[in-house]
Amino acid sequence: MDSQLIAILASIMLQASPLIIAVCGETLSERAGVVNLSLDGTMLLSAMTGFVAGYLSGSLIVGFAAGAAVGAFFALIVAFGHLALRQSAVAVGFVLTLLGDSLSAFLGQDFTRLPGPKVPKLPIPILKDIPIVGPIFFNQDAMVYFALLLMAFCYWYIFKSRPGLELRSAGERPEAAFARGVPVRRLRYVYTVIGGALVGIAGAAYSLDVKIGWSEGATRGLGWIALAIVIFGGWSPLRGALGALMFGATKALATVLQRTFPEVSVVAFNALPWGLMILVLLAVSGKFTGRLIANAPPRLKRPLRQLLQVAPPAALGVELKEG
Amino acid sequence: MKGWAWLERIWPSVPILSALALTSLLLLAFGTSPVVAFGAIWEGVFSTPERMLTALAFWIPLLLSAAGLLVTFQAGLWNIGIEGQFILGALGASWVALSLHLPAPLQITLEILAGIAAGALWAGVAALLKRWGVHEIFGGLALNNLAIILTNYLIAGPWQPPEGGSFRGTVPFHEDAILPLLGSTRFSPLSLVLAAFAFGLVVLALRNSAWGLRLKALGRNPRSAFLLGVSSNREALLAMLFCGALAGLGGAVRVLSWFDSLRQSISGGIGYLALLVVMLAAFRLLWVPLVAFFFAAVLNGSITLQLRTQLHSSLGDILTGVMVLFVLLFGDPLRMRGLRKARKASLSADRPKADEATSPEES
Repeated sequence: MDSQLIAILASIMLQASPLIIAVCGETLSERAGVVNLSLDGTMLLSAMTGFVAGYLSGSLIVGFAAGAAVGAFFALIVAFGHLALRQSAVAVGFVLTLLGDSLSAFLGQDFTRLPGPKVPKLPIPILKDIPIVGPIFFNQDAMVYFALLLMAFCYWYIFKSRPGLELRSAGERPEAAFARGVPVRRLRYVYTVIGGALVGIAGAAYSLDVKIGWSEGATRGLGWIALAIVIFGGWSPLRGALGALMFGATKALATVLQRTFPEVSVVAFNALPWGLMILVLLAVSGKFTGRLIANAPPRLKRPLRQLLQVAPPAALGVELKEG
Repeated sequence: MKGWAWLERIWPSVPILSALALTSLLLLAFGTSPVVAFGAIWEGVFSTPERMLTALAFWIPLLLSAAGLLVTFQAGLWNIGIEGQFILGALGASWVALSLHLPAPLQITLEILAGIAAGALWAGVAALLKRWGVHEIFGGLALNNLAIILTNYLIAGPWQPPEGGSFRGTVPFHEDAILPLLGSTRFSPLSLVLAAFAFGLVVLALRNSAWGLRLKALGRNPRSAFLLGVSSNREALLAMLFCGALAGLGGAVRVLSWFDSLRQSISGGIGYLALLVVMLAAFRLLWVPLVAFFFAAVLNGSITLQLRTQLHSSLGDILTGVMVLFVLLFGDPLRMRGLRKARKASLSADRPKADEATSPEES
């Protein structure tokens, strides 16, 4: 494989890593039954806060911690509004989306376009020398490794561990889980806040690693992309990570195509992610796919369904009726 | 129980005042006196008749969008795509404005109709996607971004000013294409008439029509609406088209009066703002115009604030956003107290012992 292609693939991996982190975070909250719709605002505000904290303190850890704190705080507001006050999580999340956007613009106004700290490269000895795989996955920085480990850990935790079973039960059959002694309400709080903290880390990862620095609206739109990827990923961290990588690949492809066909307007390429978002959501939850599968040969039905169709946790956004 | 009555009466002001207090703290942290800042906002809106008319000119498209949202919310739909519908309305009106030159009344009628049609078209796409399984939030959001990209494409491509010009806007429309304005302001009395008519139509439709009732049934309880013979697909599509038409009208008014050409940030978030307006008004019809005016005033005043204090004008968005958040969370004392009680009751029925530790604060 030529080195240019490998360089592109490595940059796709880097670009997709924050999305993977955000998708894992949101998958955790939604698996527990709470929709945190505030991702776009959360990521903007945590990207700004993470950068400013890192810039002022000179410490990356402080930057990421600040981003995580912002994310956890926003998620706590969503959880509190939804679980304690029984307000629509969508309404609270949407207001926070807008609020995070304007807060990041206001609070970050004196910190735009400054050079800041960057997560350093951390090649892993031996592994980095594996042909092809090495440069793509193991010649990266700590944030990328964190994203990959997080993806694997979340998958194992949600689907293979005992606490993960309780987490899923809170999102699938809360009444039954409650009757079995699972503290549904508490779990929903905990996972929403942890998920929010991860989204905050993802925001900080943009301003401290992928695209250093802060400018108004720097990550605008990515939170919504992450929310769509959670659906595309069928609420599984692995499939979600795949979605994030595919999104990164599409963007990289657009950049390459743009260079190859300069006569095509830039606009066509900007439209790509959003057009793709509609198509992908149509494919995984649409009625077309249902019809396609119904007409498929019987032997193909099951694999096709597993591949194409996803279903949200049964009690996503549904209140727990205690007693 | 009597002791609570007065509290319940003044309670609605508590979230509002808390939002003001929080914004004041933010201002203090940035070394600006809240008195000066809010004074600047006030002056920016009310100091001269021209400025008041400017706030009104901002208010009208916002009111039109919010009126449309009342319909979709009634049907239980989250029409986040309204931002794109608004933009499409502006595009439709601009298209007529740039390609035709007719006598003013005919020209303006066609522009407005094109705006309405384009807004409804974009809403129709979102409704269709919903029918095919894409939630209206995600479909609408993608369509919003596509609308922005389409605007940029038109400005940079087919509708580019002949002299090559900037990427920021088209050539100014000819005089007959712009709504008749009052004096040197951006306020058009015709748009006020249109907005009043549209809002009246929404109130009538929601309060006094069978359609409004069907939408309500659909929004409150889709299952029983279905049993009553309400076709959710049909009503949802109609509600979306209606909302899109109003948002499109708003976009047309915006581009034909506030601006005189198509600009990149033609909406500037008015659609999203309209969602906040309806939420802050807690879906009460007659509150919507008032809340919309309050928003228009704060956001217009923030521009004066930015000019005077160098503070970012997003302060206005923060104030309104925090206000909506607090009202959503704490706006209804009955709800908060009622929930507490209901939960206690259900808990004590289940687990009498666990309840004792937390009960004394009640009653």
